[in-house]
Amino acid sequence: MDYPTDYFYSREHEWVRLENGTAIVGITDHAQDQLGDVVFVELPTMGAKLEAEGPFGAVESVKAVSDIYAPISGDVIEVNEALLDAPELINSDPHGEGWLVKLTVFDRSEIQRLMKADQYAKYVAAESDE
Amino acid sequence: MIDFGGWEMPVEYTGIIGEHQAVRTGVGVFDVSHMGEIEIRGPQAVDLIDSLCCNRAASLRDGQAQYTGLLNAQGGFVDDLLVHRIDAQHFFLCVNASNQDSDYAWVRDNNRFEADVVLTSADFAQIAIQGPRALSVASGLTDLHLDSMRYYWFGRGEFCGVPAMVARTGYTGEDGFEVYVPSSEAEGVWQAILAEGAKEGILPCGLGARNTLRLEAAMSLYGHEIDDRTTPYEAGLGWIVKLRKPAFRGREALVRQKAEGVSRKIAGFEMRGRGIARDGYPVLIEGKEVGQVTSASPAPSLDKNIGLCILPLEYSDPGTRIDIEIRGRPVVAETIPIPFYKRKN
Repeated sequence: MDYPTDYFYSREHEWVRLENGTAIVGITDHAQDQLGDVVFVELPTMGAKLEAEGPFGAVESVKAVSDIYAPISGDVIEVNEALLDAPELINSDPHGEGWLVKLTVFDRSEIQRLMKADQYAKYVAAESDE
Repeated sequence: MIDFGGWEMPVEYTGIIGEHQAVRTGVGVFDVSHMGEIEIRGPQAVDLIDSLCCNRAASLRDGQAQYTGLLNAQGGFVDDLLVHRIDAQHFFLCVNASNQDSDYAWVRDNNRFEADVVLTSADFAQIAIQGPRALSVASGLTDLHLDSMRYYWFGRGEFCGVPAMVARTGYTGEDGFEVYVPSSEAEGVWQAILAEGAKEGILPCGLGARNTLRLEAAMSLYGHEIDDRTTPYEAGLGWIVKLRKPAFRGREALVRQKAEGVSRKIAGFEMRGRGIARDGYPVLIEGKEVGQVTSASPAPSLDKNIGLCILPLEYSDPGTRIDIEIRGRPVVAETIPIPFYKRKN
């Protein structure tokens, strides 16, 4: 799988991309692959305050529900409304159209604590070897 | 792959939704070799079965199968199973994988009929071919006349060139066959079914689709809708209880329960609010927990989120507004008639 090199990755399989000072958050290609066909997404409301590593919603496939965790702290300034009608975007384009929320960034050091693409690829490989 | 009672089994091969739809509209094949088999032989084999199971095995004819419950003294399920009558002195039981050892011990410990009871699970692989095109695929692989075989009957003959028992049974709510072959032949039979089924677009199906298919058909799953504390009446399986037959384990409890009426019952529901119910979620009435979800999932054929739950009798009628607690929040649902899905013919 290809993980964009300008994204940052969490141990819970979320990604963060910075764009003009805001953070876009989604789940990784690996996460969507493990989950299977996504049929439902529960997202926070606008203005919700997310704490790093705290659960902020859920992504559900037919077989399972998976909590999603905030990779960094921030206020929700936009949610991906397209997912309400088309949750399958998370399968078809997890690193792009399937993004979940946009956040304000409070603390850039939280981003530095996340993994880079090559580290995340190794992390996933090690996890699936278990 | 997940561990399922010691068996490594795939939840899905190519995707639950596609596999589910293949079975509803075409044909799918399931490796259900984990299922257990117990064989009972002897002049009084049928008496042993009828002393422990609530349905009437004595009414079976050679080549006929029956869904029944192996019950404890309280009328709860030790297991639910299929009894096949091979002949008057030879019965073949298909039981749940996770219960096979306790079933076997239960039958042996209560064997007052000098029957020969053998656990033969290791000898058999079981492959289920299910869907409206199952007949077309299975017919091409056997000398048995499957088109004239009735639902819940079976035959013994060759299947893919190996000795087999082929039953017109299943766990999907569709027409189909469950094929028992020697375990050493399993891989060859599996490959031959896939090759023969290619013309019908057959898909190998995993545990995920098996669960969504049986849930839409509202078929019970042991450990979910039924267990050792749930009776057939509570599970909506009163039709497998034959109170008029002579004494059987659990009969007294069931007679009493039938006279008094059940206090709780399995009910079907559909989500009205946005959310997917899952096994074990609380069921609320006016904020108070009154029951639990026993099985729930998105229903691929219905485009709804459905489930089964256990509820006090007074809330179990279709049309009752209930809430399902999803991640700490109540989401509106409504009880609806089951089965959720019924095949056209």
